[in-house]
Amino acid sequence: MANRHQGEVRFGEQLSARGQLLRSALTSGPSILWVTVFLLLPLVGVGVISFLTRGEAGGYELPLTFGNYTRFAGWGFFGYDLLYPQIILRSIVLGAGTALLCMLAALPLAFFIAALPGRYKNLALTLVLIPFWTNLLIRTYAWQILLAPESWITRAVALVGLIEPGTPLYPSAFAIYIGMVCDYLPFIVLPLYSSVEKIDWSIAEAASDLGADGKRVFWHAILPQVMPGLVAGVILVLIPAMGQFVIPDLLGGAKTVMLGNAIQQQFGPSRDWPFGSAIAFLGMGVVLASLWFYARYAGEKGGEII
Amino acid sequence: MAIQTPAIEVENLVRQFGDVFALDHVSVSIRKGEFFSLLGPSGCGKTTLLRCIGGLDIPDEGVIRIDGTDAREIPAHKRPVNTVFQSYALFPHLTVRGNIAFGLQMKKVAKPEIEERVKRVMDMVQIAKLADRKPAQLSGGQKQRVALARAIVNEPSVLLLDEPLGALDLKLRKELQIELLALQRRLGITFVYVTHDQEEALVMSDRIAVMRAGKIEQMGEAEALYENPRTRYVSTFLGSCNLLEATVRQRTPTGAVVQTTVGELRVEGSIPDRNKFTLAIRPEKVALCAPGESAGENRIKVKVVEVIYIGSETHYVLKAGEQPLSAEAMNVKVGHQGFDIGQDAVVHLPAAGLLVLDD
Repeated sequence: MANRHQGEVRFGEQLSARGQLLRSALTSGPSILWVTVFLLLPLVGVGVISFLTRGEAGGYELPLTFGNYTRFAGWGFFGYDLLYPQIILRSIVLGAGTALLCMLAALPLAFFIAALPGRYKNLALTLVLIPFWTNLLIRTYAWQILLAPESWITRAVALVGLIEPGTPLYPSAFAIYIGMVCDYLPFIVLPLYSSVEKIDWSIAEAASDLGADGKRVFWHAILPQVMPGLVAGVILVLIPAMGQFVIPDLLGGAKTVMLGNAIQQQFGPSRDWPFGSAIAFLGMGVVLASLWFYARYAGEKGGEII
Repeated sequence: MAIQTPAIEVENLVRQFGDVFALDHVSVSIRKGEFFSLLGPSGCGKTTLLRCIGGLDIPDEGVIRIDGTDAREIPAHKRPVNTVFQSYALFPHLTVRGNIAFGLQMKKVAKPEIEERVKRVMDMVQIAKLADRKPAQLSGGQKQRVALARAIVNEPSVLLLDEPLGALDLKLRKELQIELLALQRRLGITFVYVTHDQEEALVMSDRIAVMRAGKIEQMGEAEALYENPRTRYVSTFLGSCNLLEATVRQRTPTGAVVQTTVGELRVEGSIPDRNKFTLAIRPEKVALCAPGESAGENRIKVKVVEVIYIGSETHYVLKAGEQPLSAEAMNVKVGHQGFDIGQDAVVHLPAAGLLVLDD
């Protein structure tokens, strides 16, 4: 911004060029090293492998090829097949659907918690976090039991007439989304709550003073203020949810292949590392692309957030 | 002359927060086109009264009429009033133009008309150059102008201002006071102005209501209020005042002679039936003279304890025996004003300047 004066004293000290470098190295060095060794280098490795060919007995070897990517796009050994594009689409739908449901559930919840008297707020936040204390698998199995034909939930639903008595609620898409929402809700509630806590209510009053009714006050004066939390929360849900395959497997009846288990299959049973790497890379690309679209849209609505 | 409907009529308004009366049976009538100030320290209920008029707070009892219409059933977003908030409360995600257009958009005014009115108001408060900025890119004074423009563009019949200049530095505040006043005269909109700054209230208002603990303590034109405070509270909140406890010695046709801690004084005007009351005199009405210099009634020997020189005038802390007195004098002489700490002097308390208070 403003032209910094040469040799300006910051933080009450003046460092030489070498001192600056040393300080940077000591403070940021370890984390940069960590990210490089354990994230960046493996990622480059995966990227390289995705262009290699599967070896005779697994592993990978030359020549370089685009084959793994074209195969994923649908041109397989047996002509064109939508199998893999469908997998990626399914993961996008699962991720986006979960994010949407979590958002709808988290909005009222975050406002409710923020409206509680001080001492109940922390209690409520702890309650939101409690599911994290239980292993994901155990929670998911618990839903299997809760949604089984003879459980009281299923019976109650049948009694209301939503399903035939005796039919189970699981496996089904419904069960999958129940499991997903329960799993990812805290990820969006927490950032959203911190945004709701910071709301400047005088802005809502100003909107009302200027003629906005309740709905428009929310839309024009409150929603823009919680946008940062909402965006962060949706991203935190969207990314892991798109890679999730355990929950769809356990609650969907193990019939559907998602991005996650497609990758796992290639590195495991199929021993096709190059193809697995290609799926992983494409999956990452899809996540980044959806984040980009989302950020652009949210950015339009919420101003300079991202 | 036909009786004009008041812009705002408040009757017996009560607003309670727990055990505290933020408004304790407040009644006030504000005329059309008037610059009316609610003056008082924080917590006196002035902002609550403003919020009740704006519909942002709901009174527990009492009636509010806006232009003669009972406003109790009208929700905030339908009242013909607009508010300038203390914190400005600008929409952070909208540009200056977007902020100002908001009210008209909510009322579904046609686009070309919105554009035209927004432009006119931006010119009026001199922010046309800032049209495309976001609030975060504005200075305090600029934000204040945007907040003002956002309210007046709606052409409300009453504009409510909640300490709009409170966050600005002194110089800017004084400039904007003058501008705001000029704007009010030009637009002819009724202004209800909340402030804790007595000088601001005096400079700007047609009438002032001094509030204390949820009640209006005294109401009147600026000059009348300053020259004739009726209670200790008003006399010391609106400017400063010397207070003297007085006992009646002798009643005369034009007033009375009273005994105070500084000696016997002659008082003019109507004297209450009580024999004990409090006298008030403004420091600038206390005339400080050198011993032996000029005559006059109610003369008291004093010692100069403190001299506070502020350029155009000097404030003196004096002691008449044990009774402290303050005096203020314009520095009209050329050179030294003639009083030093520790010096003996005489003050003259003109009978007309001695006010009898109600409490």
